[in-house]
Amino acid sequence: MLTLLWTDMAVFALIIAGLFVVWHSRKKEHLRRPWLKVFNNSIGVISLTILLMFLLIGALDSIRLEHHKKLPSGELSEHTETLSVLDIILTPLRSHVEKTYSKPFAHQAYAKEMSVDSAGVTRWIYPPLVYGGAHLTNPSDKQKDIAVKALQGLGIGVLAWFGLILTLKLFCKLSFVVNSKGISNCLLTLLVIICLVAVLAALGPYYHVLGTDKVGEDVLYQAIKSIRTGLVIGALTTIVMLPIAIVLGLMAGFFRGWVDDVIQYLYTTLSSIPGVLLIAAAILMAQVYMANNPELFTTVEDRADMRLLLLCMILGITSWTGLCRLLRAETLKIREMDYVVAARALGVGRFQLLKRHVLPNVMHLVMITIVLDFSGLVLAEAVLSYINIGVDPSTYSWGNMINTSRLEMAREPIVWWSLTAAFIFMFTLVLAANLFADVVRDAFDPRAN
Amino acid sequence: MINYIIRRLLYVLPVLVGVNILTFVLFFVVNTPDDMARMQLGDKHVTQAAVDNWKQQRGYDLPLLWNEQEKGLQQLSKTIFFEKSVGLFVFDLGVSDSGRDIVADISQRMWPSLAIAIPSLIFGVLVNITFALLLIFYRGSILEFGGLFLCIALMSISGLFYIIAGQYFVGKLLALTPISGYAPGMDAFKFILLPVLIGVVGGLGSGVRWYRTLFLEEAAKDYVRTAKAKGLSEIEVLFKHVLKNAMIPILTGIVVILPLLFMGSLITESFFGIPGLGSYTIDAISSQDFAIVRSMVFLGSFLYIIGLLMTDISYTLVDPRVRLD
Repeated sequence: MLTLLWTDMAVFALIIAGLFVVWHSRKKEHLRRPWLKVFNNSIGVISLTILLMFLLIGALDSIRLEHHKKLPSGELSEHTETLSVLDIILTPLRSHVEKTYSKPFAHQAYAKEMSVDSAGVTRWIYPPLVYGGAHLTNPSDKQKDIAVKALQGLGIGVLAWFGLILTLKLFCKLSFVVNSKGISNCLLTLLVIICLVAVLAALGPYYHVLGTDKVGEDVLYQAIKSIRTGLVIGALTTIVMLPIAIVLGLMAGFFRGWVDDVIQYLYTTLSSIPGVLLIAAAILMAQVYMANNPELFTTVEDRADMRLLLLCMILGITSWTGLCRLLRAETLKIREMDYVVAARALGVGRFQLLKRHVLPNVMHLVMITIVLDFSGLVLAEAVLSYINIGVDPSTYSWGNMINTSRLEMAREPIVWWSLTAAFIFMFTLVLAANLFADVVRDAFDPRAN
Repeated sequence: MINYIIRRLLYVLPVLVGVNILTFVLFFVVNTPDDMARMQLGDKHVTQAAVDNWKQQRGYDLPLLWNEQEKGLQQLSKTIFFEKSVGLFVFDLGVSDSGRDIVADISQRMWPSLAIAIPSLIFGVLVNITFALLLIFYRGSILEFGGLFLCIALMSISGLFYIIAGQYFVGKLLALTPISGYAPGMDAFKFILLPVLIGVVGGLGSGVRWYRTLFLEEAAKDYVRTAKAKGLSEIEVLFKHVLKNAMIPILTGIVVILPLLFMGSLITESFFGIPGLGSYTIDAISSQDFAIVRSMVFLGSFLYIIGLLMTDISYTLVDPRVRLD
């Protein structure tokens, strides 16, 4: 059984929108040229490949299957659980739950424990982990074992990459849209990604590569699951913000007069309220509402999903003002241009004028803003979750990981892996998005051409 | 000039009214005071009497917009809207839900916020401008490319990381500064050192890029080319011409955020345990004190609008070509 949450649709909307942009730009020369520029830029291609990889993981995590749990006796239970395709792929990581903290690649627990050995003697030792390194007969072989497994993974990764290249060579002509430099950059990035995935896949079932957290859950699994949350926040907020910004911005610039006054008043008022406070106020209100209407949100998943959806809507409502202001200024300029005046003189209707002549000429601004805002939103999620006005505490997110690991920094010995994992993943996604945004801006900025 | 300022001040009013209505709708209409009382008193097992009592203590037992039991003007004034929202216009912020005077709290907590915000701003601007000028000076070299990449990398790191890493390395490992806390007077120095440092480093990436664009725009102008053609050295051009002329957008960019410095930084203050307005707001959010959040929203919007006004005025002061009528 396939189930769909509201936020899943956001991920798919993001993919469909991406495909639409590709399909739409292929036919139009003025759009194809800047995109080709992006593909010819090695930083552009590399960051795009990484972003697509994140998107793939997010998409896999959004296809949810409902199925009956298997009981220990082998029969199917009456209760159903919902797992995403990603969950199924990551089954070894998901199911290998330890008792509590353990270091990356550890075979022993983080803290000493009282235990009774077979001879009946009570001792104060580091108990061995249930899953991490459990296949080792002699713990001193651990480093050798890790190296062997990693090399095996690396070998498989390289082989898989060669396989990919062979199939590409056999079945398609490499230079259909982009020249070979772009493709080769993309393939080299893929080599790194595939090798990394292969190494992790080889080690994952035997060790906790990034350790485990307080309740013994694999940190790598948490970090991977958080990708979807980051993507949803970026995508859904844009979906909410874009129509408001475009419609109001174009109207204010095009109609001027009282329409302009009203819209200007609207965005001055909204942007004058400190963003965090507006979000906090709205989330507080939503919490009160949810507390008073528990019957509307039956499962924890529903609640968390609703909160994520709401957070994105509020972020969308607070973030349209910047783009709206830009679009208004640009529309004011465009409406006085000769070709628009000529079209108006020829009797083209106002709606047609906006659609045909104004909108296409401000699309570069929209494009640049979307890509620039994305990374800011991913970072904002972490901060908001820290103040407890972000995503639901039960949702996997980097913000929640950082939030919980803050206290772990004060422990002795220090628990650093949760925090590090969240930052590495977040940094990779945001850096790729920022670099991509930079290349896109350079390519689409009419002044640079 | 005076006319312009008066006109702009009048324009501020409708915006503040808008903010007020928006917060009123958010805090009192979407959820009634009854809902708030239940939430505060603990969801399910609350008697109506306890709710009424809670509301009466905090003055939430009035009708929202229209009081039918009163006569004349009192019909309007004995309402939640009038008592809780209109008072904000004369900065009568009332008492918080826990019974403390909000104005007194704010005037006391403002100073620690400023003690962090002002040095962060000054050092931040100086450091950013220095690095931006260096990038311009080494334009087209590998140094610029590396610098720009570093800027993007710095921008991609979450602000939380700077704080946590700073507290761990500077505060805990090296033990140069206290990890968190605050003391009034001159003792505050050692407590604000680390937050200011982190504030400067955290803003470096985006700041340097922003100033670089300003300088690049200025450096592309004709008079710069003329100056170079006349034989001025690169350094002379940068400092005597580019920097001087770029001061206009730099100054006006700073003026707009000056009033907001009072609000403090939410994250920094709560991480470092500084009793400023930022941590005040965070505490209010987490203890769900609606009266404080409402006051801070109003104060924040007011300061933002004042900032916009000051920017417009400062344009006329630094750039004689701009006239406001």
